[in-house]
Amino acid sequence: METQHKILILDDDNDWLELSRELLSHLPSKPEIRTANTSKRALAILDAEPVRLLICDLKMPRMDGLQVLAIVRRRFPELRTIVLSGLEDEEFRSRAYALGVDLFWLKTDMQRHGKMFTECLESLLGRDNDTGFRGIQSKSLMDIIQMECLSRSSTVLRITRGPLVAKLWLQDGELIDAEAEGVRGEVALRKILAWKAGTFENLPPEPNRQRTIQKSVNALLLESAQDMDEAANPTEPASIEQAAHRKTVWKLALLTREGADFVVAVPPEGQGEPESLGLGSQSSTSLVEWTRRAVEIARRLGERLDAGPISHITGQNLERQVLMLPRENKAFLVGWPTEVEGPLMEKSKKLVASWDS
Amino acid sequence: MGFLKKLFRRSRATVQQLPSGSLTVDRNGEVVTSTVSSAYPKNLLREIGREVLLLFRESRVSQMPLGEVSIHYASLRITARELRGGAIIFLFPQTALTPTPNRPRL
Repeated sequence: METQHKILILDDDNDWLELSRELLSHLPSKPEIRTANTSKRALAILDAEPVRLLICDLKMPRMDGLQVLAIVRRRFPELRTIVLSGLEDEEFRSRAYALGVDLFWLKTDMQRHGKMFTECLESLLGRDNDTGFRGIQSKSLMDIIQMECLSRSSTVLRITRGPLVAKLWLQDGELIDAEAEGVRGEVALRKILAWKAGTFENLPPEPNRQRTIQKSVNALLLESAQDMDEAANPTEPASIEQAAHRKTVWKLALLTREGADFVVAVPPEGQGEPESLGLGSQSSTSLVEWTRRAVEIARRLGERLDAGPISHITGQNLERQVLMLPRENKAFLVGWPTEVEGPLMEKSKKLVASWDS
Repeated sequence: MGFLKKLFRRSRATVQQLPSGSLTVDRNGEVVTSTVSSAYPKNLLREIGREVLLLFRESRVSQMPLGEVSIHYASLRITARELRGGAIIFLFPQTALTPTPNRPRL
């Protein structure tokens, strides 16, 4: 007998809850729909009943969706989550994905692309608990593109790496266009493929997109793989030295262009050497140690307060501003002069994303 | 039978509100004044104070003494200014209703 899954919809708008209930009751798998108009009520339902999927609004009084998701991710790790929000702000999208949600949809998109939304729901619900695969964390972007092409997909892949956003347009299994860091076509594709990690999501296809890529996907992927291999594994000792020198010069240029004082990249203890540039006479050892300690203190405090993952830590004195970005495999400490204007958070994120790619 | 109910009662999902307001702590990490709701656990406030002071202390040890520190979490921002060995600490829950505080000058 097929399992009847439960979906819980959390939204403070009762009319919306009714509308969603009506829409979701027509899903092919006939899930049982539960609704809650407060976060407290939703958590009580999750605690009392096995729920497969939570559809959560963001803007709610008292405790909002982001807080609920932070709690839910820790208490119910198996629960699949979708954010359905009216807030058209990229910051919320990235904050929701940082909290580990499976999907982020805008309410307007849901109404416009109802069929795709229900297909996504069905896919997330899964027809059977014991079969099927979920998660492709170990796959590279090349694998993902190849899979989409083999399945003759028409879609737009939106790839995010911190503050960097890129898009790939696929039409009937063919890669027709790419866009990243202000460039289009094959150049953009090469830039995207050089990214080591990131997140991606499927957007509705755009069949009228102008074609800028004429070569076959396999040829392009092969060329990129060869370029990356040559850059990563220079065989001659002289070329190894040259490559290291080029990398240092490129990083210093990046530092100067952005106007930062210094960057310290700190891997976890025993997992590689820290790297620093721009420190001058100041010792990097003490800063490396402080970065490690500060991240540790902030993580400990965040766990005690249920405040969710750390986004970043900032600090300042009369001479300098510093911004610390803890990442999965490394923490970065970026120093800026006090007179630097503009959104330093965004600048630091860009610097770190380019630094690490 | 009452004690059996107590033994086998399922734990309910508890919702800990995020702290909102400000507090000052002395150099020993003791809370001196606070505008955070009195319903918020006192031990957690003390812990915030102690960890913040530790952060300032560690920055002095590393020869980069800081006068102000902000920790940005997904759902909370803690901003602290050093105050003669102690600190004044501001707690801002980061909700979807108030997105702007997440874009500080730094």
